[in-house]
Amino acid sequence: MSEFTYLFRGRDTSASPEQMHKSMQKWVAWFKELGANGHIKDPGHPLEGTGKVVSGRHKSVHDGPYAEAKDIVNGYMLIEARDLAHAVEISKGCPILDVGGSVEVRPIQIFNI
Amino acid sequence: MIAALTRVFGMHNLALAEDVVQDAFCRALEVWRVRGIPENPSAWLMVTAKNRALDVLRRQRTARTFAPEMGRLLESEWTLAPAVEELFAAPAIKDDLSRMMFSCCHPRLSEEGQVALVLHILCGFRVGEIASAFVSTQAAIEKRITRAKKVLAASKRLFDITEAADFSTRLPAVHRALYLLFNEGYHGASAETAVRAELCREAMRLTAVLLAHPFGATPATHALAALMCLHAARLPARVDGSGNLISLLHQDRSQWDQELVGEGLKLLELSASGAELSAYHVEAAIASIHARARDAHDTDWAAIVSLYDTLMTTHPSPIVALNRAIAIAQNEGPERGLEEIRSIADRDRLAAYPFYAAALGELELRRGRHEAAREHFRAALALARNPMERRFLDRRVAAGAGGGAQQAFPERFWDQVLGIFESQVDTAGGSKLEL
Repeated sequence: MSEFTYLFRGRDTSASPEQMHKSMQKWVAWFKELGANGHIKDPGHPLEGTGKVVSGRHKSVHDGPYAEAKDIVNGYMLIEARDLAHAVEISKGCPILDVGGSVEVRPIQIFNI
Repeated sequence: MIAALTRVFGMHNLALAEDVVQDAFCRALEVWRVRGIPENPSAWLMVTAKNRALDVLRRQRTARTFAPEMGRLLESEWTLAPAVEELFAAPAIKDDLSRMMFSCCHPRLSEEGQVALVLHILCGFRVGEIASAFVSTQAAIEKRITRAKKVLAASKRLFDITEAADFSTRLPAVHRALYLLFNEGYHGASAETAVRAELCREAMRLTAVLLAHPFGATPATHALAALMCLHAARLPARVDGSGNLISLLHQDRSQWDQELVGEGLKLLELSASGAELSAYHVEAAIASIHARARDAHDTDWAAIVSLYDTLMTTHPSPIVALNRAIAIAQNEGPERGLEEIRSIADRDRLAAYPFYAAALGELELRRGRHEAAREHFRAALALARNPMERRFLDRRVAAGAGGGAQQAFPERFWDQVLGIFESQVDTAGGSKLEL
């Protein structure tokens, strides 16, 4: 078993409260399924759309990322799967895909020093 | 609310659940004082408790373990709020009441402990109120509840009401707790009031919740519910303006709640299925005979005697035997009644029971044996448990001192004794004084 990170993008921020409620129910259902199959290493959290970006040698601080940007990460999760293909398969159940979002699947890098 | 919270926090965090509820009520007092009472107070309280719970879950995530059933749903913001939301939804709450009722009737707890827990956790009674309901001290009840909660907290999870086998094992205990609860409200050994209708109402409410559950809707539960309805129907006529108990035989039956009578009779019919004949069935049947009689003299006492005969074979106890003897006296005269009383097995268990002595007194009075009657009434008076009983028995001692002129009283007294007796049936044979 290896570990992978899911980075979610494309959350529908203009959703109505009822739509949000329904979507949350879908997430809970997906989580329960992943949990039941032993895939969840760390359930992670959703992330707020605001924040700061610190960059460069000068450690400059900018506002961002802006919530409208399509490539803002909405949340993360850590899962266990046999391999990348398996992790990709599992990610297809994610509700964010139904609203046109995406799941970036990244293997955890193991350093052997 | 506590039941829902223990589902989230886990049974081992029962104290935390109580704190959160307490906080919600405190908040309510603060806010409502300024903004007025909201349109839906209980919904307001629920939401407040739920939000407080979310707070606790977030802040204490690393410090505590919560309900094992919740698994990892509490760990992540993806699932925390919706999972808690689900537990606070209406159908879940009803389930939780049942769950909690069964959890309170833990086999390692005494009956008194079980009932005390039900009253405290499910009905929200304060320790002082429970103490007066069971004629015990605040300290004793406090200790009993603390011990009981420890036993509960030690169990890993709330009782799982989806397990049919466990359900039917504990159901009798739940019945018993509800029965005792109702009885305490109907008879009232408490020092203040003769009758505590709110206890009866709580018992009926919880029995209704039990009936609504697929595993809970057994014939015995129906019989218990019938029994409660039929007795509760008489409550309006049971206490007079001065707070004295009025005997069944002298009650103004036009004051009986006919809707409850109808409800009770219907439930009694529904209970007549299957092979199970519980004590509740028999008691409910006795109550139904009274309910259907137009007045005291119209009552089929022979049928009542026969029902007590049945009860004596299935659930014998000194109190049942006493009630049976009284019914026999009503049917066949005081000598027969006395005969029956004298042949009660385990009569000594009734020694501390004022109405045992009072019944002897009354029967002697009816036979014209005034000295003997007075002796018995004095003995009864010494055992009286509250002002109402003392007043009542005082009058009997005076009646015994009278003589021929008092002939008018025996009938009344007899009625009153019967009236009190008919609420005393303790089918497990224990004297309620021990509570």
